[in-house]
Order: sequence, then C-alpha cells, then structure tokens
Amino acid sequence: MATQTAPVRTSGRSAGAPKNGTTHRKNWLGGAFGWLWLLIVLVPVYWIVITSFKTSANYFGSNPMAPPASPTLANYQLVLENDFIRYFANSVIVTVGATVPAVLVSFMAAFAIVRGAGRWLKLVNSLFLMGLAIPLQATIIPIYLIMIRLGMYNSFGALILPSIAFAIPLTVLILSNFVRDVPNELFEAMRMDGSSEWGTMWRLAFPLTRPALVTVTIYQGLQIWNGFLLPLILTDRAEMRVLPLALWTFQGQYSVNIPAVLASVVLTTLPILVLYVVGRRQLLSGLTAGFSK
Amino acid sequence: MSTAPTYASGKVTSSKRTSTGRLGWLVLPALAIFVAFAVLPLFGVFALSFSSWDGIGAISFAGFDSWRAVLTDPGLPHALWVTFLVIVLSWIAQTPLSILLGVFISGSQRYRAVLAVLFFLPLLLSAAAVSIAYKALLDPNFGLGPGLNLGILTQDWLGDGTLAMGVVIFIIAWQWIPFHSLIYQGAIRQIPGSMYEAAQIDGAGRVRQFFSITLPQLKNTMITSSTLMVVGSLTTFDLIFVLTAGGPNDATRVLALDMYLTGFRANLMGPASAIAVILVVVGLVLAQLLQRLGGRERNSQLEGA
Repeated sequence: MATQTAPVRTSGRSAGAPKNGTTHRKNWLGGAFGWLWLLIVLVPVYWIVITSFKTSANYFGSNPMAPPASPTLANYQLVLENDFIRYFANSVIVTVGATVPAVLVSFMAAFAIVRGAGRWLKLVNSLFLMGLAIPLQATIIPIYLIMIRLGMYNSFGALILPSIAFAIPLTVLILSNFVRDVPNELFEAMRMDGSSEWGTMWRLAFPLTRPALVTVTIYQGLQIWNGFLLPLILTDRAEMRVLPLALWTFQGQYSVNIPAVLASVVLTTLPILVLYVVGRRQLLSGLTAGFSK
Repeated sequence: MSTAPTYASGKVTSSKRTSTGRLGWLVLPALAIFVAFAVLPLFGVFALSFSSWDGIGAISFAGFDSWRAVLTDPGLPHALWVTFLVIVLSWIAQTPLSILLGVFISGSQRYRAVLAVLFFLPLLLSAAAVSIAYKALLDPNFGLGPGLNLGILTQDWLGDGTLAMGVVIFIIAWQWIPFHSLIYQGAIRQIPGSMYEAAQIDGAGRVRQFFSITLPQLKNTMITSSTLMVVGSLTTFDLIFVLTAGGPNDATRVLALDMYLTGFRANLMGPASAIAVILVVVGLVLAQLLQRLGGRERNSQLEGA
C-alpha cells in the first residue's frame, strides 16, 4: 500500500499542479460546465431536503424552491413511526452480513491467486474475471428457485449469499492487484521468521492492503445497501424489507403526501451520507486507483 | 496508461517470486459461494428457458416452447430497441460531459476538490430514491415546473414516451457522470506534464492540446468507462422499474424489465429465462466488442510509440 497509493497520489499532484497552474491557462469551458453541473446536481438535492420539511398544504401552495415558512418535522415523525427503524436494521444486517464476508473471502482468494502456484488457481482467477460480465438480473430466476428450494425465501440469507457472490469478482480483481504490489522481500522476511502462509496473509498482506480493503468495503457496501432487485424478488414479508424496498412501498402508500415521501428519501440516504463524509478521501482516491489499474 | 507500469512490474516480481502450491484451499470459500450463486444460476437460467414453470408449482420440460414464444413475440424486438436506445443515448450523454468534467476537476485549485466532493453526492442515493424524488420533482401538476411557472419544465414528463426516455437518460447521467468524471480525473492526472510543456513550446493551443494529447491518452480509460456504462445501461432495472414501470405504453420497457415482468408478473418463468439468456448474450457480445476495440487501440498506440 505504501508502495501503491502513495506514489499514485504524489505523482497525481505533481503532474496536475504544473499542468493547470503554469503551463495551462484557464479552462473556461470546463469551468463553466463544472459550475453548471454543480447546479444540476444540487438543485434537486436542495429541493428534496427543503420539501421534506414542508407540510402538505405548504407544499402545494408555495414556491417550490423557497425554504419552508414554518419547517415541520412531522414528515420525519411519520416515516419513523412506520417501522423505519426495522427496515434500517434489516439494511444494516444485510449490508454488513454480506460486505464483510465478501471482502474477507475475496482477500483470501486474492492472496492465494497472487502467492500460490498451479494451473487451477489461474483457472479460478479467470473464472472470477469472467464473472465480471455476469449480470445479476440474468440469474435472478434460478436464484429465486434455489432460495425457495432451500427454504430460504424471506430470510436474510437469501439476500446475503447472492450479494456476496456478485461482489466477489470485482473485489478479487482489485485486491489481487494490490497484493501483487507487496514486495517479495517482505514475504521472504516473514518466511525466514518462520511465519506460516496463513500468518503471513493476515499479519503482512492484510495490513499492507488496507487502503484497498477499505475501498472495496465501502464500494460493495454501497452497492448492497442500495440493492433493490434481490429484496424485491426474494422477500415479500413487510418485516423483511430493506430500505430501498421500503422506500418504494412507502411511495405507493403515501403518493399524495410528497413531503413525507421525500423525508423517507432523506432518511434512507442520511446514513450513507454520514459514512461518505467520514470516508470520502479514502473512497475517492481508492476508486480512482482501483479503476485506473 | 496507468496500467502499463504496474502490470509490468507485477509480472517481473512474480516471476522471481517464491510461490507455494499449497494455497489453493484459500480460494475455496469464495469459489464455493461464487459458483453456487452466480455460475450455477447462469447455467440454471439456460436450463429453465427450456422448461415451463409458473414460479410456484412444478417445473416441467417444455422444449423450445419458451424460445418460440419469446422469439416470435413483437415485445422482444421492441425491448431490444429500447435497451439499445438507453445504452447508446446514455453513452452519448455521459462520455463527453464526463471527460469535460474530468479535465476540469483534475486541476489543482482547492475549490475543485470541494466541487468533486459535491459532484459525488448523486452516486450515494439508491436508484429507488433518485427515481422517487424525480417523479415528484417532474410532476406536471405539483412539481418544480408548475411551482416556478416554468413552461419548459411543465410537461407530462413520464406520460409521454419520448419524454420518459429522455428523463431516464437524464437521471442515468445525473447519477453516473460524477463517477465517470472521477475515473477520467484519475487518468488525466497520470498524463506526464512534460507532454503539455512540449506541446506548448510547439505553439499548440489549449484546444489543440486537448485533442492531440489528452484525448488520445485517455483511450484506455474510455474503454473501461464505456464498458461500465454499457453494461450498466444494459442492466438498468431499479431506476426504470420505480420511475415508469416500463411505461408509458412500454416506451421504457428495457430487456431486464421485460424479463422481470414476464417472469414475476405474468408468471411465465420459461420465457423470462429465455429473455435472461438473451440479456447475457447481448452483454457478452457488447463486452467483447468493446474489448476488441480496446485491443486494437492499444496496439496502434504501441505502434505509434
């Protein structure tokens, strides 16, 4: 990692700085478009947030872009009283329950693929690479059948297991790229010290791959948190709903109460927003490094 | 660009690397889950396309019935056409703007870093949340348009087929342009500054530099980004399902949605499986095409160097 992200970042800065600072004059077109795009991004977000604090009457009567004259928390109260906490807990269980195992098994696989030898490991690696092209949608009918036959329909397992499976290809790809960058001398030194491969994996490769591990954890966590198709097809009990699905049903229930619907949109996004504010740097730098590799 | 040195160094060290053959078992947990819930279902969907199943009762062999039904149904060419439109239009909408935005945020001014943070917000929202918000925002009676008395915004956005398609493309762009501009930003920062300095000495202007240095250097990134865009558009489901449910009049009924509605609404799992197989085949063909394109570009770049 020290060998990986650090040079990328510094070279990025040093290449970027003179390019735009001295050799390049102002990029008017890009600048204008950049600010315009900011407006396109923020106007709907702003509208969602202010509207969620309006009363229904206020919503229909007032200027939509004006902040609420008398802000109300009633919409949030309504959403929270409608089992939001349960759906939130469901989402947390599914997201953590799928992301953590997915990253751990992918890391072990990535370690084996980089450090191990033999034709079959190469075969497994190409199988994972081919897996990048499998769309979840195309496999949903057999997954539905499997879950019914296993008696797992309407269970957390039904949402977690396929989520892990579809997170594996990209996670293995990114992690193996990073494990490959750990200098061989370090592995040799561990071996001299009598460390087993298992110990080397956890005590050497794991800490050194940490930035990549954090990145894929955030990325896959986001994917699973926002996942809609699996919950839609593999659950039908209200107690099993995760947030995106709850949002959808809530919208059907309260279609006339737009501020309440938007309050639920804000509430489902808030936890991710908090995580984003905390882990933003990691996510952004990790994503660029992960995808440009 | 960025891949070349890393991969090369990776290969060099791995040939010198001491490796052991006894690590195979470490891949077993990942392999087992992946095979059980991704690979087997892929074969399963192929098998189910030759069966008759209503989703609840018994499954029976039905030969080519489902395939005959799907291939003769005018709904399939329509769904393929709509899917094609979504892929091509969202690519056209996203790629130039992502590059432009990528060039812009790859600069070093501090406010650009702040902008980049804000640009990223739409990506955090689930497709369901985004669709629900836009549905309210674009409401012809109570949305932003009528509220602000803006004639252009006051239209039955989701009630007209062409407009609904436009909204779908716009929302995809709204959510994903920030992500792709981030990928481009990463790639742009890897372009050696010396190339620009040399170009400037040769008297090349800003626009000229962009077209003869930046754009050619971004070719590989464009392949990566385009692949993600194409596969993403091909499998767009939640967004359209929540926004229009395929309407109006099937105007936004893409292949993935067509499969869902056939299987889980009309309870025809056989034909739905056949559609799923078509989805896989289309995806593989597109990914191959893009990779070919990428391979050729890479070679020609090498020849040029």
